[in-house]
Amino acid sequence: MTPRPATAMRPDYTEPLLDSIDRQIIVATQAGLPRVTHPYHAIATQLGLAAEDVMHRLRRMLETGIIRRIGAVPNHYALGYKANGMSVWDVPDERVHELGEKIGALDSVSHCYHRPRHLPAWPYNLFAMVHGRDRDEVEAKVRTIADLLGMAERGHTVLYSTRILKKTGLRLGG
Amino acid sequence: MDALDRAIINNLQGGFPICAEPYHEVASQLGTTAEELLRRLDALLESGTLSRFGPMYHAERLGGGLTLAAMQVPPEDFERVAAIVNAFPEVAHNYAREHALNMWFVLATETPERIDQVIAAIERDTGYPVHNMPKQDEFFVGLRFEA
Repeated sequence: MTPRPATAMRPDYTEPLLDSIDRQIIVATQAGLPRVTHPYHAIATQLGLAAEDVMHRLRRMLETGIIRRIGAVPNHYALGYKANGMSVWDVPDERVHELGEKIGALDSVSHCYHRPRHLPAWPYNLFAMVHGRDRDEVEAKVRTIADLLGMAERGHTVLYSTRILKKTGLRLGG
Repeated sequence: MDALDRAIINNLQGGFPICAEPYHEVASQLGTTAEELLRRLDALLESGTLSRFGPMYHAERLGGGLTLAAMQVPPEDFERVAAIVNAFPEVAHNYAREHALNMWFVLATETPERIDQVIAAIERDTGYPVHNMPKQDEFFVGLRFEA
């Protein structure tokens, strides 16, 4: 994993410039890279571009964070991570950045976000997705988070998914 | 799944090179051939062990809208509401969860403005309120799933 400054993940970036060719490349690759010896050449041929241009644009999108990373996306269920708990925490708003950074740094937290409360139904403002082979493993990881937060935590719960109702990739329309 | 499959999964969750023959480069590092690596990737995708292989795009930075939303749906009405929600093409994922707020879905739209319109349409079509929980900050995580 590549360490990067926390500020790089804040949503206060300026709108990046993507032209129509960038968007064609995104549409052509969002379902996956061709599994052939020269995958970027294959994309270039498909789009009528030079392979160097495709690689240059992909490198730029990687550098600017439009591409998070390039690689394998494991299905965590298939790898035995059967329990997936969305742990949600009520922490003081003025400390949410500091605490979110700490929780994100823990092993086995796959996503960590600050989100709005919806009082009275929903008092939680920090979300951390925790994966484990079973619920006991998830609970142990949640206790680690609780220990880390200490007195800063005013309440938490864990929401387990019981069923996937729909799962499709995020898609940019062609 | 053997040692090579595990090495592929554990080492290729990021950092895939952008060069003329990237599979060859990665295969050399893993002590195998590009042909074998491609065969393994095809098999891991085919079996569903990998859900995808390629660039992961940052949805908001593409100029679209993205949010997480939750609903409280009475159990006896759950299937009807799930069918309505799932029929929206903007609903990317939808999970049933154990909580009073028992339906959680991700909305991805072509424009940020469209999020509010889709939420209003879901509220109108289902008759239940939708809690919109867009992320206000994202904290860096280093997780890689170990195979």
